[in-house]
Amino acid sequence: MTALLVALGGALGSALRYALGQRYDDRWHHGTLAANTVASLLLGACAGWALHGSALALIGTGFCGGLSTYSSLMVQSRDLGPARGAAYLVGTIALGLGAATLGFTLAG
Amino acid sequence: MTPGPRHFLAVAAGGACGALVRYAATQAQPDGAGFPWTTFAINVVGSALLAGLLLLPVARRSPVWAAALGPGVLGGFTTFSATSEQVRSLLADGRTGLAAAYVVGTLAAGLVAVVVVGGLAPSLPAEDEL
Repeated sequence: MTALLVALGGALGSALRYALGQRYDDRWHHGTLAANTVASLLLGACAGWALHGSALALIGTGFCGGLSTYSSLMVQSRDLGPARGAAYLVGTIALGLGAATLGFTLAG
Repeated sequence: MTPGPRHFLAVAAGGACGALVRYAATQAQPDGAGFPWTTFAINVVGSALLAGLLLLPVARRSPVWAAALGPGVLGGFTTFSATSEQVRSLLADGRTGLAAAYVVGTLAAGLVAVVVVGGLAPSLPAEDEL
């Protein structure tokens, strides 16, 4: 049952990330950046709410994990070149940490 | 190329598989309170595999398979949100050095993996790099 919820959340999150990327990734990867930031905000909130069991499997492990991506962040950063790639990386990490902190604080 | 419904279904199906494999890995080897080695490994391995995706003939031939395996399986397998939350949690516990080592270590290993594996593989078309 838990595995099914992870799969369902992962499917929804991944499809949403793909849609955001197709729509908003251009010279800057705004779509992927938004997906990673929103997923970090929501996962921080999951920690603040102390979600566990089925809810954590669906929303945290499944949806947030599927919505966010580390592999694309790495490949996109490489392709942007040293200066813009570094800016994209640092920006994504700072926004992700800020979003997780905000989500945790608001939910706690 | 504009993706159609088949691409979205492929990404969703792949994302379900990727998330399941990540879940199984973290069940088998939970991250615990120290350095999150399992999530670190997931993100580095997933980055390397995405950079090498077009070494697979099926991904070169079929944009739908490339979407299923790239933004689908590998996007669902790797996670940025877990890393953000783990770093937040480590900082909240006052473990600043460990948090910094985790952020920098994942970035460095991921970039090295992408550059090394990517050097062997043809480039991904931009629309499949999600």
